[in-house]
Amino acid sequence: MNPLETLKTAIANSFRSKLRTTLTVLAIFVGAFTLTITNGLGTGISNYIDSQVAAIGASNAFTVTRTDTNAGLGSGPQKYDPNTRVLAAGGRPGSTQVALTQADLDKIGAVPGITGVSPVTRLNTAYIQWNNQEKYQLSVSVLAGAQPQLDAGQNLDDASTVPQIILPSSYVSPLGLSDSAQAVGQDVTIGIPDATGTMRTVTATINGIEQNALLSSGGAFINKALSTALAQAQATGTTTASAPVYTTATALFAPSTAAQISDMKNRLSAAGYTAQTLDDRIGTVKTVINGIIGVLDAFAVIALIAAGFGIVNTLLMSVQERTREIGLMKAMGMGSGSVFALFSTEAAFIGLLGSLIGSGAAIALGTVVSNALARGPLSDLAGLQILSFAPGTVAVVILLVMAIAFIAGTLPAWRAARQNPIDSLRYE
Amino acid sequence: MPVPILSTRDLTKTYGRGPDRFDALRGVSLDIDRGDSVAIVGKSGSGKSTLMHLLALLDTPGAGSVHVDGTDARSLSGRKLNALRNQMFGFVFQQFFLNHASTVLENVVLPLKIAGVGARERRARGMAVLEQLELADKARNKAGNLSGGQKQRVVIARALANNPRVLFADEPTGNLDSATGRIVEDILFDLNHNQGITLITVTHDHDLAARFNRRVYIRDGQLITTDEEHAA
Repeated sequence: MNPLETLKTAIANSFRSKLRTTLTVLAIFVGAFTLTITNGLGTGISNYIDSQVAAIGASNAFTVTRTDTNAGLGSGPQKYDPNTRVLAAGGRPGSTQVALTQADLDKIGAVPGITGVSPVTRLNTAYIQWNNQEKYQLSVSVLAGAQPQLDAGQNLDDASTVPQIILPSSYVSPLGLSDSAQAVGQDVTIGIPDATGTMRTVTATINGIEQNALLSSGGAFINKALSTALAQAQATGTTTASAPVYTTATALFAPSTAAQISDMKNRLSAAGYTAQTLDDRIGTVKTVINGIIGVLDAFAVIALIAAGFGIVNTLLMSVQERTREIGLMKAMGMGSGSVFALFSTEAAFIGLLGSLIGSGAAIALGTVVSNALARGPLSDLAGLQILSFAPGTVAVVILLVMAIAFIAGTLPAWRAARQNPIDSLRYE
Repeated sequence: MPVPILSTRDLTKTYGRGPDRFDALRGVSLDIDRGDSVAIVGKSGSGKSTLMHLLALLDTPGAGSVHVDGTDARSLSGRKLNALRNQMFGFVFQQFFLNHASTVLENVVLPLKIAGVGARERRARGMAVLEQLELADKARNKAGNLSGGQKQRVVIARALANNPRVLFADEPTGNLDSATGRIVEDILFDLNHNQGITLITVTHDHDLAARFNRRVYIRDGQLITTDEEHAA
């Protein structure tokens, strides 16, 4: 019997006992459905986190700080050293953050692979105002390669000389603007106190409105032109004696392999700096989510294994029922290999049916539920599709289910194959 | 003298062991010539079916040998054995063994399907053999909806689909009324006379056995020269 005939015959045979096949398919359906849903959940959340992560920083940048030399808890305060500057920092009581100076920046920039270093200047903006209406508090951060998810408008242009700002969408209506689309292109006034405490104002153009996001700080993104203008305003009245110090610096590097990145990290660490990529900072969140998805997947696989026993049972009954037929086929010269192929193909086909229907139903239902959630309870997290189905993952699920079905089918198929034609023909 | 198409020497076959031991065959030597028609006659439990199964290579003997066309069956590999069963032998069973859910044509072309013959040729050869048995109009019917005589003709058609050289029949008329049985007998003898197919039939029906060229009587696993039961 050639493979095509085997396939056709196996398919025809699986439809001979419709009720039994249907029940087995249902059992597989449950497993495939669950597995597709959990995978969809994993893909959906991962996609969302990836886009959110991209919104807060570039993937090819380190956030560099001086390594905290405080030993462990209870080690007490550090001795004063006139050569270092410290900044009061959050964290444990008694812990301090050693500041970065221009010399540090030069050292970081000298590490091979680092293409540029820029200090993160803290801009203590006070308020934002549009069209002389109410003033609202505002915090700003430079973009540094981040790709915010925009509701309207465009991303910032660091090369532009026009001061640009991207506001979170929560600012739109308080400022007196009617909607995101109207806000884009409007000029806003930003207030920032200078060194002497006098309030200075800088005018910026709204370039875009950011969607509500999971990881955003609630602050606005500004381009280089605006950050320069704000820094100048803030620095007005500073005495030149005090050299600028920074808590952190952003070090950009060319796209690199994981090994190169870890090499750069090691060099920076040897020089006394702590460098973290975005993945380092966000990695824990992803690990937790992957762990949860893994547990859900495990439940789905348990369901599938139970379904596998269903297949064994179905096919054993089928072999029993067709004992004489198998005997007849063997008497007519059908080899044991062909008989085995016939029954295991039938098992794989039942697996395919169950997984196709299961995955199909999961995708259909998942899409509906996900859209409903995105409009309803999860609407505050714009851009979140809680269930998202990647073709590759779904294909892997289908193949996995077929593999389980095939393995389940080998026992009955083997029993069918080793039957002696005469004993089978005598079987009543 | 030509090589016999089937030849056995000192065949034995034992079922079970210990107190349940049953010797179905106790040394059977038999030569069957090409184109012959042979009836294996005996009572139930005499070993006649076992002998036929061994001749058809469906079972392996406890001792002794079966030669097919001069070749020792034991020297055949699994693949060759399957090819031999498929192409050289045809089987007609008393219980039919038809797949009732399939059509008559599908049942008839089963040996061709096993042999790996393409769908178109299968159909053509299946229809040709159905025509020969005057069943062409039933080709699309479900096998389960046929009468007993029609079923037995379908079984014969199935046995003939691969142009076998030897046709084995196990009580071919056992399940049929005498008129229908007569028709089936005529078909079998016609195949033997006009197509030269060697016909080997197991039966306990002495009227049927009388129509054969040669009768082999078997009792308690051994061949006996005369028809004692009949004579008695």
